[in-house]
Amino acid sequence: MKKDSAKSHIQRNPGTELDLSLINKIKINRSAVERRAATMGTRRAVKKEWQAAWLLRAITCIDLTTLAGDDTDGNVARLCAKARQPVRQDILQALDFAQPITTGAVCVYHNLIPAALKTLEGSNIPVAVVSTGFPAGQITNKQKIEEIKASVAAGAKEIDIVISRAMVLTGNWEALYNEVKGFREACGEAHLKTILATGELATLTNVAKASQICMMAGADFIKTSTGKEPVNATLPVSLVMVRAIRDYYERTGFKVGFKPAGGISKAKDAITWLILIKEELGNEWLNNHLFRFGASSLLGDIERQLEHFTTGRYSASYRHPVA
Amino acid sequence: MSVASIFESMEYGPAPESKDVALEWLKNHQPSFKQFINGKWVAPKSKKYMDSLNPCSQEKLASVPVSNKEDVDDAVKAADKAVKGWVKLGGHGRARYLYAIARQVQKHARLFAVLESMDNGKPIRETRDIDIPLVARHFYHHAGWAQLQAEKLPDYKEIGVVGQIVPWNFPMLMLSWKIAPALAMGNTVILKPAEFTSLTALLFAEICEKVGLPAGVVNIITGEGETGAAMVDHPGISKIAFTGSTEVGRIIRRAASSTEKKLSLELGGKSPFIVFEDADLDSVVEGVVDAIWFNQGQVCCAGSRLLVQESIADKLYDKIRKRMESLRIGNALDKGIDIGAIVAPVQLKTIEELVQKGVDEGAELWQPSWECPTEGCFYPPTLFTNVAPASTIAQEEIFGPVLVAMSFRTPAEAVKLANNTRYGLAASLWTENINLALDIAPKVKAGTIWINCTNMFDAASGFGGYRESGFGREGGLEGLYEYVKLKVEDEFKSAPEPKKLTEKLPSAENGIPALDKTAKFYIGGKQKRPDGGYNNNVLDTKGNVIGEVGEGNRKDIRNAVEAAHAASKWARTTEHTRAQIIYYMAENLEARATEFADRLSTALNQSTKKSRQEVEASIDCLFTYAAYADKYDSSVHATPHRNVTLAMKEPIGVMGVVCPNEAPLLGFISTVIPLISMGNTVVAIPSETAPLSATDLYQVLETSDVPGGVINIITGDKEELTKVLATHDDVDGLWYFGSKEGSSLVQNAAAENMKRTWVNFGKNRDWFNPKHVLAHDFLRRATEIKNIWVPYGE
Repeated sequence: MKKDSAKSHIQRNPGTELDLSLINKIKINRSAVERRAATMGTRRAVKKEWQAAWLLRAITCIDLTTLAGDDTDGNVARLCAKARQPVRQDILQALDFAQPITTGAVCVYHNLIPAALKTLEGSNIPVAVVSTGFPAGQITNKQKIEEIKASVAAGAKEIDIVISRAMVLTGNWEALYNEVKGFREACGEAHLKTILATGELATLTNVAKASQICMMAGADFIKTSTGKEPVNATLPVSLVMVRAIRDYYERTGFKVGFKPAGGISKAKDAITWLILIKEELGNEWLNNHLFRFGASSLLGDIERQLEHFTTGRYSASYRHPVA
Repeated sequence: MSVASIFESMEYGPAPESKDVALEWLKNHQPSFKQFINGKWVAPKSKKYMDSLNPCSQEKLASVPVSNKEDVDDAVKAADKAVKGWVKLGGHGRARYLYAIARQVQKHARLFAVLESMDNGKPIRETRDIDIPLVARHFYHHAGWAQLQAEKLPDYKEIGVVGQIVPWNFPMLMLSWKIAPALAMGNTVILKPAEFTSLTALLFAEICEKVGLPAGVVNIITGEGETGAAMVDHPGISKIAFTGSTEVGRIIRRAASSTEKKLSLELGGKSPFIVFEDADLDSVVEGVVDAIWFNQGQVCCAGSRLLVQESIADKLYDKIRKRMESLRIGNALDKGIDIGAIVAPVQLKTIEELVQKGVDEGAELWQPSWECPTEGCFYPPTLFTNVAPASTIAQEEIFGPVLVAMSFRTPAEAVKLANNTRYGLAASLWTENINLALDIAPKVKAGTIWINCTNMFDAASGFGGYRESGFGREGGLEGLYEYVKLKVEDEFKSAPEPKKLTEKLPSAENGIPALDKTAKFYIGGKQKRPDGGYNNNVLDTKGNVIGEVGEGNRKDIRNAVEAAHAASKWARTTEHTRAQIIYYMAENLEARATEFADRLSTALNQSTKKSRQEVEASIDCLFTYAAYADKYDSSVHATPHRNVTLAMKEPIGVMGVVCPNEAPLLGFISTVIPLISMGNTVVAIPSETAPLSATDLYQVLETSDVPGGVINIITGDKEELTKVLATHDDVDGLWYFGSKEGSSLVQNAAAENMKRTWVNFGKNRDWFNPKHVLAHDFLRRATEIKNIWVPYGE
């Protein structure tokens, strides 16, 4: 599937009415989910050329991210340069891989949008921005809406919002629906990625319910974590979320994307996540229009594995340009 | 394939596990393998060999011996010679060997896994991640049991030489389930792997050699059915443990029925996989995959009957079909496949025939759209819907990747459908409602119940069947009893032949005849006349006629069995209430102690003192089992998962008891009461020579609030009535205390419905000796252990 042709096929999820009866019927068996998740990476194996190809695909799905208090224009520019040229040219040549390759997006804080846009100019790489009082979301709804609008105005193409965890923990689904619906409206043309912060949602059942609410409210992506919770993207949580996506697609015909974020730093893990997507959602989801990794150090490990594949020698990180 | 094109297609590629080491090992055993007997590798005396093939390619892997009777005989001699030393080594010594074996299995895990996959055709993912780790775990766990034997099983000792016959579906895992507990308890073994899959057992023998296991403790002989038959027939083997088909299990049971060989049989199944409407359906789908497409469905406990609540049936079938599309079938050594090859063409043919039968009978067949490999022995995953219990494919074990689905309306109907089978190996229940799960689990007749999971195994949990799925347990404390016998068993004596008595009619004393007292039968809480209308004289030991009892026939037994079934509520009566009723029986017996003692004195022509002793011992016995009624606790096994594995002790059901002739009162009480204490209902045949002590009990039962049908008593010809009970398919178990011939008859007839039997081969225990009548031994035989796996975590 070509990147551009894939894009044209995907119709944005407009959301649906709030269906509380569906929410109330959701059942998730944690032990069974964990068993399935535990064998996700052992029932399938991706080796040699397949591994190299899958890792390249993984790169195109990375939201290359920096979300730190000490971010400056300088390090964001480096990050963006890396996003444009994520793999050494000689490695791509050795792989006989001629087409240009970039990461899926870069992901930064609001005030670094201009720096990112500047370095990414002409690249088609979207700037994603975290929003709505990221990571805790403990500001007023009015402030959240303003923040989204400001980011869209500043040129962000994707808005990664955080949901109000309190609404999940107190079962206030209607409020959550309205909140996210409001975010979607504020986004306009920009894509809405809803961060559930699953590490703070207590149960997998809550994760499933919050996933459905966000999709009903018009999310383009549902995303696991901010990267700031004590537990971030895990396979069981991801499994529950992608199953919710599948269910939503089967009911409405709309494809919602998935973004695991936080703690994914190894090439092997990336492959496991791709397997999970392929097995549970199918190949249609295996591209950056419907799948992203929120990651900062993952790319480095993938580069090492790719070089190893081309040379047969284990690689060192200093051999690859840093972000 | 270029990286760029894979980048576009995002398909899976081949991911073969290397077989170099396994091939090297096989090469080192050219031109053919030998048998492992007495610690040595010896060529078979049969001089015959067979080929072991790779099911994925039909290529020959090796040539292995087909051992014959002489070979079996050599192995038995070696095993017999080794018993003494192995026992003398003690628990700790044996624990060290088992521990060493576990370590070796772990150290050579990959070779075992690859070899198993090549020989059997199952995916390397399964042998690598499931079979072989469970094998190592089994040896570790049983090293522990060897260490603890003296403390945990002080009343028991080894059986001696054990013959073990294992199937081809889990060659190494079944080997470990057999060998580990046998060795732990001090037995020595002759193990025969299945003819299709001998290789890992031979590799295991090399490990035994490597750890320096004493010669003769483990003997591995390979061969076909005849080799197994030679083991079953060998008088030097004291126990046969078999895992395989119910058909072969029956043949083995019949063949061994005239001998005192102990048996454990783990046989076929048609296990239900029950899905309630509130289950997590996406997880259910993965459960189905693990239930029926694990090991190509060639699993005795495969969840092969899908029972779905009607409201969600179509939705679930759709989900399953979608999932089936993404299953991958192919070379077993590929690390990315779900389904490997069927073990042999003959099995493939059986599957194909049964599937055709399903289609012919009108069931709806569905198979995924992808092509199944045509080279090698492959069969695609298959779902049948529109299946009724009356369909052949709903009743017969297919032993392949074929799932048959039916719907139900209510939990009660689910139970009814689940139990509508001759088998009873396992069941899987899916619901998010713990009340429902724990309500249904005890009602399903199966040795293992998995709640929201399936095909979970562990060395600490007993595995085995109800009904025609066989008997005996493997794993856990309950499994150890298959490899021990009571130390006091050696003291049990053969009874002398009873003297022929000349019947002497009583003379009327004082000119007035004694009031005629007729003992009828006791069925369903009522005294009933014999169906046949015949009565027999009861004689004392000198031949004097002291009364009459009814002569029971087939119909009386049938009526009694029906009454016993009708009283099945007894199993759900609280343990406290059961205890109270048994205490009440003691109270009422005590009130009539003199009368019962007089009866014994008359019947046995013995002193009042001796008779009083028997009555007192009977009251004592009643107290014991009243006490145990609410103290024979179930347990929770420590399996290595986040779950509770409940080892629930359940009554067996309707039990026949053929009471000993000696000790007419105490023998009756000692056998019938442990059964009812545990919730069984009983049809008892009292002492044939002195039945009146039992018939006198009718009034005790009536006054003690024993519910009608819990204890039913039929007098008459012991061997005749035994035969009726033994051949009754609705009798779940039969205890027989009588002759050698009667014991053989019971075991032979019981092979048909695989009822649980306990016979004494004419060797009597002393009912007055507490060491001969250990309550925990009787209670263990009065119950079945059902393991219920309950994973938890929200």
